[in-house]
Amino acid sequence: MLDIQDVEVYYGAIQALYAINVSVQEGEIVTLIGANGAGKSTTLRTISGLVRPRRGRVRFMDKDISGLPPHEVVRLGISQSPEGRRVFSNLSVFENLEMGAYVRSDPEGMASDLEQVFGLFPRLRERAKQGAGTLSGGEQQMLAIGRALMSRPKLLLLDEPSLGLAPFLVREIFGIITDIRSKGTTVLLVEQNARQALSIADRGYVLETGQVLISDTAEELLASEMIQKAYLGE
Amino acid sequence: MKGNRRHLPTVAWLALMAPVALALWAAGSGLESLLVPYYFRIILLSGIAVIAAVSLNIVNGFTGQFSIGHAGFMLVGAYASAGITMFARPFTESVLRSAHVPDVMLMPLQFAAAIAVAALAASIVGLLVGLPSLRLRGDYLAIATLGFGEGIRAIFVTVDAVGGASGLHNIPPLTSFVWVFLGVVGVIITARNLAASTHGRALFAIREDELAAQAVGIDTFRYKVLAFLISAAWAGVAGALLAHLDLGIDPRSYSFMKSVEIVVMVVLGGLGSVTGSVIAAVGLTWLPEILRPVAEYRMVFYSALLVLLMLLRPRGLFGRKELGLADLLGKKKTVPNANRKEGG
Repeated sequence: MLDIQDVEVYYGAIQALYAINVSVQEGEIVTLIGANGAGKSTTLRTISGLVRPRRGRVRFMDKDISGLPPHEVVRLGISQSPEGRRVFSNLSVFENLEMGAYVRSDPEGMASDLEQVFGLFPRLRERAKQGAGTLSGGEQQMLAIGRALMSRPKLLLLDEPSLGLAPFLVREIFGIITDIRSKGTTVLLVEQNARQALSIADRGYVLETGQVLISDTAEELLASEMIQKAYLGE
Repeated sequence: MKGNRRHLPTVAWLALMAPVALALWAAGSGLESLLVPYYFRIILLSGIAVIAAVSLNIVNGFTGQFSIGHAGFMLVGAYASAGITMFARPFTESVLRSAHVPDVMLMPLQFAAAIAVAALAASIVGLLVGLPSLRLRGDYLAIATLGFGEGIRAIFVTVDAVGGASGLHNIPPLTSFVWVFLGVVGVIITARNLAASTHGRALFAIREDELAAQAVGIDTFRYKVLAFLISAAWAGVAGALLAHLDLGIDPRSYSFMKSVEIVVMVVLGGLGSVTGSVIAAVGLTWLPEILRPVAEYRMVFYSALLVLLMLLRPRGLFGRKELGLADLLGKKKTVPNANRKEGG
């Protein structure tokens, strides 16, 4: 479904990604884990078009999307819940979700997707008319994911959804990510919380200083001694 | 704007405004003969300030970009309109005469054309300035628009064909109450309809968080350019009206300070609030006149009042709120966005 081939990204003169190769199959949850500055978010930003790769290609559903602007990438069916949530804080929860459906023009589909999002996150329904800025961190994260789902993406990119959340909320969010996948949306998940991410993912990539260190099934990664030492804190 | 529903407010507005406009036309001509010319002039200047402030609000308030070169677009509009009513006049008149246009309509038609050309010229310049500078963010955009405003003035000052540093004189006195009124109504309708449309919501999203706006699929650059274009066009209209009220163009009065004055109106009224821009524009045009009795301390009072207001209302007089007919009649406002979804 998604194929990142030998992608290299620079921020000015600084190279952030060195010939990264990542692939995601339809229906999978794939996670990118690694320390701060390993290139996880840059990889997501390259897919969503926020940064352009200097070399290499990003292919999505047999189409070369490298270098496409973000608004066109969204239209192709890739939606991103950005790092740090970034909800529209002066708009209501409802309006935020509506903005998520910005690229669509099918009111019936939008209404049923809104119901789906409210089904996944009942708290958003309760707070529909409330300003998004007044939500708690966890609720804002739910809103950011809900907003990303409103474009009915084939592939959902999640950037650090557990950032700054209490452990019970992290578990809740990760449970919902599994639900999202079971409803047919493929998920690419960037996480620092490697254990949680691997526990729900099918496969994982470990990034270090802009390179893929290892890629394997989530089970193998969880079991790997080296990963446990370096990333799972054991 | 998708769907016809969005256009309904315009139609309703026009239906409502037509008799009001007629009444005001009569009132305007009545006012002109009743009032001391000095006061009448300030009324017209207030209207022009409203056009400038509301149009700047589309960029600075709706879209959250910070432009401080609005006077530059007004200057473009001023020169462009004067070009039509002064230099192209023999030509346009002969064209209109050969089309058997009655004599009374000659000047109004030419002025209408001049205003349209002013809007067009200013928006073309807006496009030329916007395309490179709207890729910049925040302070950088402010500096780029500042540079544009001063640069365009420098260009006009060096061109002797348009009067050079002494500016243009003998522009025909065409700006009347009705023209200003139409301009005010036009810019308010433009801004309010934009705010209520999908496009307007895209602009608000950019203001709230540009990256998140990109993430939901908004072509942020295109929308910033669009806002800039609309805003510049109306600044051109304001410039055209001002030139035909002053009966001349003094490039010095379209300086950076003029741009700042308009920014102050927008910020004071509340970034994003059309109502606020209108009230602040009128208020700030009258304030120096009201303060005339304190003579040389006028600007001290003016500044002190501005500081005081910003301390008391840091988000502007109106914040982001609007005051509509419904509020005046004491009706409860419905949330337009919520209705739209439930209806569809």
